[in-house]
Amino acid sequence: MNLFSLVLVNLFRNKRRTFLTMMSVVIALFLFCALRGVLDTLESSIKVGSESRLVTRNRISLIFPMPQSYWTRIAAVPGIKSVSLQNWFGGRDPVDPKNWYAQFAVDAPTFFPIYARDVEITEFSPPQVQVAMPAGLDPKLAAFMSEQNACVVGKRLFDKNKWKIGQTVTLAGTIYPGSWPFVIRAVYHAKDPAFGEETMLFHYKYLEEKGMGGQGQVGVYILELSQPERAGDIAKAVDAMFENSSYATRTETERAFQAGFVSMYGNVPYLIGVIGLAVVFAILLVAGNTMMMAARERTAEVGVLKTLGFQDGTIFAIVLAEAAIITLGGGLIGAFLAKWGLQGSGFNAGGFLPPMTVSWTTVATGIGIAVLMGATSGLIPAWQASRLRIVDALRRVE
Amino acid sequence: MALVEVRNVRKVYRRDTQEVPVLDGLSLEIPEGDFVALMGPSGSGKTTLLNLIGGIDQPTSGDITVKGDSLGRLKPKDLARWRSRHIGYIFQLYNLIPVLTALQNVELPLLLVRMSGKERLERARNALELVGLGDRVKHFPRQLSGGQEQRVAIARALVSDPTLLLADEPTGDLDRKSGEEILGLLERLNKEFKKTIVMVTHDPHAAERAHRSLHLDKGVLSN
Repeated sequence: MNLFSLVLVNLFRNKRRTFLTMMSVVIALFLFCALRGVLDTLESSIKVGSESRLVTRNRISLIFPMPQSYWTRIAAVPGIKSVSLQNWFGGRDPVDPKNWYAQFAVDAPTFFPIYARDVEITEFSPPQVQVAMPAGLDPKLAAFMSEQNACVVGKRLFDKNKWKIGQTVTLAGTIYPGSWPFVIRAVYHAKDPAFGEETMLFHYKYLEEKGMGGQGQVGVYILELSQPERAGDIAKAVDAMFENSSYATRTETERAFQAGFVSMYGNVPYLIGVIGLAVVFAILLVAGNTMMMAARERTAEVGVLKTLGFQDGTIFAIVLAEAAIITLGGGLIGAFLAKWGLQGSGFNAGGFLPPMTVSWTTVATGIGIAVLMGATSGLIPAWQASRLRIVDALRRVE
Repeated sequence: MALVEVRNVRKVYRRDTQEVPVLDGLSLEIPEGDFVALMGPSGSGKTTLLNLIGGIDQPTSGDITVKGDSLGRLKPKDLARWRSRHIGYIFQLYNLIPVLTALQNVELPLLLVRMSGKERLERARNALELVGLGDRVKHFPRQLSGGQEQRVAIARALVSDPTLLLADEPTGDLDRKSGEEILGLLERLNKEFKKTIVMVTHDPHAAERAHRSLHLDKGVLSN
């Protein structure tokens, strides 16, 4: 036996109480890290946007389109390496309307090369015919390129719906009415988790011909820069070209564009942070009260230990160590449960968020809070026990 | 020079605004190897005197010296260390730690001494053998009778080989037979191992086992 085993023995004295206290800390820290994880996820969704890519959208609002004729004009601006486009589709699953996921019409020959560093094709149909592949496009997309209504889906979406390569998925259009069959020809994996794996990408031409009547409207243009350091000037130059037109534009970095989405949450992130701290504070009071009760029950034993020669500092350390083990143990379990449980499962709050990310900073903050919790909840009972006069302590039983 | 010297000790407790004198200018000497019984009615100051000699309480005035150490001059930290070296305390209600086995309870004072775990265990086992509980090492207090619990408490008091054994009504919570066994054990410790023992008791029969009895009444020695 040693002093540490004495601490452990005391912890197991009332197993149910220790377990329940630890569980309350686990839940508190799990909630704290999960809530902070929401903020991490929102932040990382901003970071997925590159500083070296620009996004051009209609100045009035994202929901208003721009003419397709802008494409070549934007591409001619010096400093721009490549221009792609994407358009929100907004279809829904006619069988299960709750099975919602994002669908974008993209210009594949330019879109995939721009995002080559963010996504990779993991599963694909072999091409049925020889296809001339545009430069820079992954050869695995050959089958996708050869079929007008082909689509590429994220791995997670693919697995969640138990789809198969070659399967036809039919969506009901909301913005572009009608029944829209799509053939899955490839699956992508997001190398950066924040890119998300719950999106369907299909040919813009398919949407343009079937849904737009050949009018050629574009949701956003994605600009890859050859001179990223001139991003500000290039953005101004693009917007200046269309300043007095019916479709004035707003060009910003992709990161700023993504941040615009996050800002739509308003004060929700602040509220989430406050709720997380409130949960921790409530549990801190519970843990503190439990520790005080546990220490008070052993007042006479503290008297005996002191009679045997245990010093005040040793008593202080024993009681504090008990609190620290409960809160630190609970904190570690809670924080890592949030890290590996939420992040590992790809939880996305029913599509409300990108797949959850719980950063190591959040885990470290959670553990730090657990340490602080242990110190705070154990400090008072430890101090009381260490200051206890032997004769007063022994009088509790005699 | 006596092992224990109590010189003109006063002890006054405060209860709210009232002062309650418990010991009033008490002096006594206890030579090494002595076995003293402290007797007296309730509230006469027996336990208080025992606590003062054991360094677990401080006198209001006066001085107590044990083996040349003046307890009043020791800082709390040093006093705790001194207690672990010199005092073995036996309580009326045994005061064993309920979640520790008999062996672990006896091992407890040795955690304060620098020695290997193996040596600690050996000494704790020996102490339990000495009190006749070698076969109960893994028993928890709740699995022992009152007499056995008190013997574990005596083993705990003995294990660090203290200068002085202080027993506060060691038979007060036991039946006659168990009480006799405990008194026999204390007698043996005094005779065979030359342990100096100060025992508080109400029981004249128990006091007969001591070399001498001191009677306290209203905070002063009456004989």
